[in-house]
Amino acid sequence: MKPRRPPWRRGLWIAFLLAPGLAVMTLFVAAPLLSSFRYAFYNFHGVLPDTFIGLANFRDILLDPTYADTTWRALGHNAIVFAALMLTQNGLAYLIAFALLKALPGHRIHQVIVFLPVVLSAVIVGFLWKLFLHPLFGIVNAALALVGIHGLPWLGDERTALGAIIFTNAWHWVGFPALIFLAGMQRISKETLEAARIDGADDRVLMTRIIWPLVAPSATIVVILTFIGSFNWFELPYVMAGATGSPGGATDVLGLFFYRTAFGSASSGLQDFGHGSALAVLMFLFLAIVSALALRILRAREIET
Amino acid sequence: MKGEPIKNGLIQALLALNAFVMLYPLFVMVMSAFKSNAEIFDSPFSLPASFALTNAARMWSDTSFMLYLLNSVIVTAASLALIVAFGTMAAYAIARYPFRLSALVSMFFLAGLMVPLKLAIIPLFIQLNALGLIDTRAGLVLVYTAMGLPSAVFILTGFLRTLPAELEESARIEGATELRTMLQIMLPLARPAMIIAAIQNAVPIWNDFFFPLVFISSDRLKTLPQGLTVFMGEYNTDWGVLFAGLTLAALPISLLYIALSRQFIAGLTQGAIK
Repeated sequence: MKPRRPPWRRGLWIAFLLAPGLAVMTLFVAAPLLSSFRYAFYNFHGVLPDTFIGLANFRDILLDPTYADTTWRALGHNAIVFAALMLTQNGLAYLIAFALLKALPGHRIHQVIVFLPVVLSAVIVGFLWKLFLHPLFGIVNAALALVGIHGLPWLGDERTALGAIIFTNAWHWVGFPALIFLAGMQRISKETLEAARIDGADDRVLMTRIIWPLVAPSATIVVILTFIGSFNWFELPYVMAGATGSPGGATDVLGLFFYRTAFGSASSGLQDFGHGSALAVLMFLFLAIVSALALRILRAREIET
Repeated sequence: MKGEPIKNGLIQALLALNAFVMLYPLFVMVMSAFKSNAEIFDSPFSLPASFALTNAARMWSDTSFMLYLLNSVIVTAASLALIVAFGTMAAYAIARYPFRLSALVSMFFLAGLMVPLKLAIIPLFIQLNALGLIDTRAGLVLVYTAMGLPSAVFILTGFLRTLPAELEESARIEGATELRTMLQIMLPLARPAMIIAAIQNAVPIWNDFFFPLVFISSDRLKTLPQGLTVFMGEYNTDWGVLFAGLTLAALPISLLYIALSRQFIAGLTQGAIK
């Protein structure tokens, strides 16, 4: 065996391998993340932090009516989005996964079909449904007219706009939780399902009593991802309702409010990095804390069952 | 079992209905791309009168669509190249060499999996601005690389750890340098993991809208999703052209997905389960 190369050369080689990755992560993940906490305590002049103002930005976002009214209304909308997506999108996904689990003829094709919208950009999907929901020439109202229903201007009506965007989100994403549930269901042993069947369990019992507890790990992932997705919701409402959450703020969510605050809406064009940073930090803490708590609770549930 | 055929029939019907709901909107989108305003208004559900490429031709000649498409290809390809190259290098060091700070370095990369980088957009903007990278493709590429590296390092470290140590040892005994051992013996075996890492990052980068919206302002540098918003505004009275734009924008990734559906589904769902 040849003599080992000197250790400093080995060290240099390892450093060479790690350097580019570490440099990119430091410059574009670690440093920005740390500064975002710092920036939230500053008043900004353009893109430069100006004066240290303590918690004033946070107080404005949470308590001063000019900001706080929007903050809390937007948070409420995010909560509605989360609840609605859990019920409709993920409920439907669970049903689809169960239907696919049967592995009936054609199930592979169905798997590919249900996942197809997932690979499309939210911009494409948002514009497509905006055109379909158009009161003048959209196919949604044209289809309703065929059965004698007079459709609404879905995106223009305060009562239906948020629902219409939630529906679009469900159409876009349903394949994702469906295939995560399916992967979970496929890990359940055949013997378990056979035994349940022999004991006389029908599909309803199988779905609610046998499979549901056994796919708890998949459910955990779906809940957490839906939660993060719902409270970071931006692209679909931006494309379908604009940066102000039209009509009349009925579709305004935290992502839009953050974007308007930090980078300015079309009307004001003003950048406010101080309040923007405070809002981002609050959103980050909210997501991190609630996700961590939810993860603990959901994981405990997994072990129990 | 009694009743089984009926039940299976019911399930098939449910799946067929679901497939219709998923596919019919896309079918209408493609058909409408060939229609005039009058046709879309009068007969929204019927086939177009002709499959002439009038709308598509207008996209080609009157809009910057091809430029947006090209920008998306450049940005996505460059980001994926850097993610796979830097990710493989780092993962190789972590997986194949014991060194003092190994655990710390690997933690540093993995922590990136938890960070929603979009919420750090303000400091990122300031950072890129200081580096003179605002409104450049390079700036976007570096941010996407940072976004994709954690998952790439995670996947590749896991995979590279499974390769047997005998491979390296025998190469070393024959006097191969570390670089040669890595490039010629080890990395060819890691190709499947590299492909998964690339696909997992390709879709979110290709489809991303938020970072270009904030970082890119020159029309000639806009990516496809961002360019689409410009274009949808300009042609908002020309519905057929709008549908043609959406169809052409959806086409590249849809075709790739249909060709590689298994890898796409595995890559994207595993990305979530990690």
